[in-house]
Amino acid sequence: MKAIAWHGKHDVRCDTVDDPEILNPRDAIVRITSTAICGSDLHLFDGMIPTMQKGDVLGHEFMGEVVEVGARSTLRPGQRVVVPFPIACGRCYHCSKHEYAACENGNPAENQDIGREGMGQPMSALFGYSHMTGGYSGGQAELVRVPFSDVGPLVIPDDSIPDEKVLFLTDILPTGWMAAENAGIESGDTVAVWGCGPVGLFAVQSAFLMGAERVMAIDHFPHRLELAQRFGAETVNFEQTKVYEALQDMTGGIGPDACIDCVGLEPTAPSSTT
Amino acid sequence: MADAPTRKTRDDAPPTAAKDLHADRALLAEAVTIAAPRADLYRFWRDPANLASIMENVVRIEPIYGKRSRWTVKAPGGRTVSWESVITHEVPDAEVGWQSVAGAEIDNSGRIEFRDAGPRGTVVRAVIAYDPPGGLIGQTIARLFQREPRVQARRDLHRLKQLFEAGEIATGARNRRLRQERNEDQRP
Repeated sequence: MKAIAWHGKHDVRCDTVDDPEILNPRDAIVRITSTAICGSDLHLFDGMIPTMQKGDVLGHEFMGEVVEVGARSTLRPGQRVVVPFPIACGRCYHCSKHEYAACENGNPAENQDIGREGMGQPMSALFGYSHMTGGYSGGQAELVRVPFSDVGPLVIPDDSIPDEKVLFLTDILPTGWMAAENAGIESGDTVAVWGCGPVGLFAVQSAFLMGAERVMAIDHFPHRLELAQRFGAETVNFEQTKVYEALQDMTGGIGPDACIDCVGLEPTAPSSTT
Repeated sequence: MADAPTRKTRDDAPPTAAKDLHADRALLAEAVTIAAPRADLYRFWRDPANLASIMENVVRIEPIYGKRSRWTVKAPGGRTVSWESVITHEVPDAEVGWQSVAGAEIDNSGRIEFRDAGPRGTVVRAVIAYDPPGGLIGQTIARLFQREPRVQARRDLHRLKQLFEAGEIATGARNRRLRQERNEDQRP
């Protein structure tokens, strides 16, 4: 199959690699119909995330058609599925609390040491995101092996829904949604969102769905601010405006009820907070 | 005059986590919580055939007689080490203790505890004491080659957890060929 493989810092290639196979009873093989590039993939591209190996297949935002299943998968060949990026067993303590991104069993035992030694606790498992998160092949490929396929994949029963309407359920929409959820938004709140990339734009929409009355969207790319405005946000361009002063004034001196940082790991723009 | 408060000589932490352990003899504890009944885990642990499936370093466990068995385990440098082990005590569904017999290449002893953890299942805890071959330098080398007993114990307990909770042992490999390569990578 063809797959996007990592070869080093700023060196990502489209390779021909051998196909995935069913290895465990709960596995499924999915033929990819749509896949996205995440902002997080830039960290791999930039060589910022350790424990990448030459030939690692990238991609953790993908969907497709089930082509093969293991004996204990609940999926059927032919089903259309969206696959969330964390690989979760569904049976451990954290999974029982719906904290799938902290699953204790998805990451192979021999890959858990790295996170444990470096950060005190092991990482959970993710698709296509280095060996400290399991060393799983990702979905920027024609085919992917999906472990614990009875837990993560969402079956899309309606063929009339195009991929573009559901693909973002893999990562970027739930990330923005959870950011808003963690902010404890109450009805009538004013919410400030830093960063109007895809996660920020989903956080803006989520905040409104959770009852926010006003959302201030902060960025410096006019096209991103335009999108935020289209979703109902009031825009603040930190290159033209002193953000703190603007927010204080726009909220009558109280300040926003909730602030959400959707800027991410690598970009820095000191003037966006002052 | 009120009695002077009695000062505790030690805190409440497990002694295996103490800073003043004897440097020549390694002592470690690793614990894992498994959402499964204590009796099921104990029964699994008592069958040597099962242990070989979760312990990546164990080459074989051969029963000798009674409570004695011979363990052959991978060591750094492509070697194996072998010793005879005897079960010193067992409390059904709760604890198994062992001790290597005199003259073992790696003198070791320990116990596996199975403790109820309420709705979270069972805590399985391994306490292992051993004389590191080659002293502290040997221990460092073993660590480099991932043959360090603490790392091994932790991984083995996690595979036990995966098997009981997830019903399978997780692998990040894409197919059989790559799984084989990964297994060989773990070899020293």
